[in-house]
Amino acid sequence: MAHPSHDEHPHVPGPSLWPVGFAVGIVVLLVGLIVSWYVAALGAILALVFGFLWVRDLTAGTQLTEADEVAPEGGATAVESEELPPEDPADRYPRSKFLEISTLGLGAVIGGLVTVPVLGFMVAPAFLKQGDKDHDLGPLNDFPEGKFIITTYMTNPAQGAVSRRTAFIRNNGQLNGLPSFTIISNHCAHLGCPVQPNGPLNQRLAKQYRDVTLIPAISIAGFGCPCHGGQYDTEGNRTSGPPVRALDRYSFSIRNGNLFIGKPFAVAKVDGTGAQAKIHMQTFAYPGEHVDGPESWLYPIQPPH
Amino acid sequence: MATRSKPTKGSQLHQAITYPLDWVEERSGIVGGVKYFLFRKVPGDVNWFQTLGSATFTAFLVQALTGSILAMYYKPDPKAAYPSIQHITNDIWGGWLVRGMHRWGASVFIILMFMHMGRVFLFGAYKYPRELNWIIGVLLLAMGLGEGFTGYLLPWDQTAYWATIVGININGTAPILGPFLAQFLQGGTAIGADTLSRFYAIHMLLIPGAIFALIGLHMYLVVRLGVTSPPWSKEAAGTGPIAKAPENGGRRAGLTRYTRRGR
Repeated sequence: MAHPSHDEHPHVPGPSLWPVGFAVGIVVLLVGLIVSWYVAALGAILALVFGFLWVRDLTAGTQLTEADEVAPEGGATAVESEELPPEDPADRYPRSKFLEISTLGLGAVIGGLVTVPVLGFMVAPAFLKQGDKDHDLGPLNDFPEGKFIITTYMTNPAQGAVSRRTAFIRNNGQLNGLPSFTIISNHCAHLGCPVQPNGPLNQRLAKQYRDVTLIPAISIAGFGCPCHGGQYDTEGNRTSGPPVRALDRYSFSIRNGNLFIGKPFAVAKVDGTGAQAKIHMQTFAYPGEHVDGPESWLYPIQPPH
Repeated sequence: MATRSKPTKGSQLHQAITYPLDWVEERSGIVGGVKYFLFRKVPGDVNWFQTLGSATFTAFLVQALTGSILAMYYKPDPKAAYPSIQHITNDIWGGWLVRGMHRWGASVFIILMFMHMGRVFLFGAYKYPRELNWIIGVLLLAMGLGEGFTGYLLPWDQTAYWATIVGININGTAPILGPFLAQFLQGGTAIGADTLSRFYAIHMLLIPGAIFALIGLHMYLVVRLGVTSPPWSKEAAGTGPIAKAPENGGRRAGLTRYTRRGR
């Protein structure tokens, strides 16, 4: 037949029930990831066994069709090969073949030379030179001890409001003779919405320092997210709702009597309060990612931040 | 001498229309191609549900047209985007209409894609030999949803901004490569000045280009493989009046099955 692919017999594997068991195994495995490790192991075994049976079915089908093929008759081929002229060594790699391969190869090289830098231009800037510089938040006197100050600043004032960030800053006083600050990010650990303080702010005492706006809170009972209802206590620990970890925090430094906000980092949870708090600090992670426990194994590599 | 009838007005008009068409046809074969595409044979018992694909395509064309024109007035810059949207909606003549068509047409496009997909599924039209067209259709669905996601940011209001933050972070929770995907979409560790123009370029250049190419493949396969009968079709089962007619070989099953015979 001139077009073997156009015959009327569908080229599909024969009916098999094993994929159903395989699918059930995968589902049990995924449910097990959330529920318990025994269930996950059971699911993995199910998927492996049924996957094996399925593959065995498939390969058995292939062998069947191969067996059906009729072998070409040897006699005719032998006669034809006798009539062929003796092989010229120069013809083993004909000119047309060389031109075909070199044209395709050159085309691929040129295509790659053009495409790779362009794709790099699209992808690389998102991963290189990331992270904001430390930002000056003004003199330490603006942060009275024990009070949360809702601090809004612009990481890049030239870019305008799109670079606006908010942090909840509390001066914890001295710890072993060194100043201690709690700086909590307003990015919800669920999906990144802006967390709001649960409590009244004193707008009249708001201060401005360059691009930084400082609004003192009168009293804060915790933080809440307007998007999906995540709730946190004053240390940023999750108290209810969908967040998977505590609120992110920022490092800080003090230069010439001014407070500088530094790099953000993820926090699994916080034990204790204020200056005595023990922060289970992790490297920066996007909202919604677990940073401890087995779920954190889903994110083995973090992009450069 | 042969008598020549005077050319009537009707035939002159006919010639005026057909001459340029013949001219193009002789040099390109396009007229024949279009005829082949539009007037190909379909099973006798197709029904209105099978127009959903064309409807989806039409919705996409509306999006492409209105989007191209909106791009003449929209400014993908964090400081200018929202004012330019206000300008389009409130000041420019017809802007409210074209923006409304694009905004509501987006929902129509997505809904039609799902309805078309449901029709194909329920009719079993994804089965051999049309599996590849189902796969292309799923890619088109993903592209369409990507259009919806990237387009949602462009009005650059609070809803757009926070919905996109949530959407990007949902992408970020995908295992292993999720954080990289999120950072790629944002063009950095947070939504910044480049994110808006990045989404704009993806929304109006990258994905639409891919959609056009995939629709071309999709339609090529529809024309090549033909249209399926509904599952209840008597024709396809070989018991309908058309299939039973003697010129169709009398009683023969599989009238609409894929076959190259007779081509």
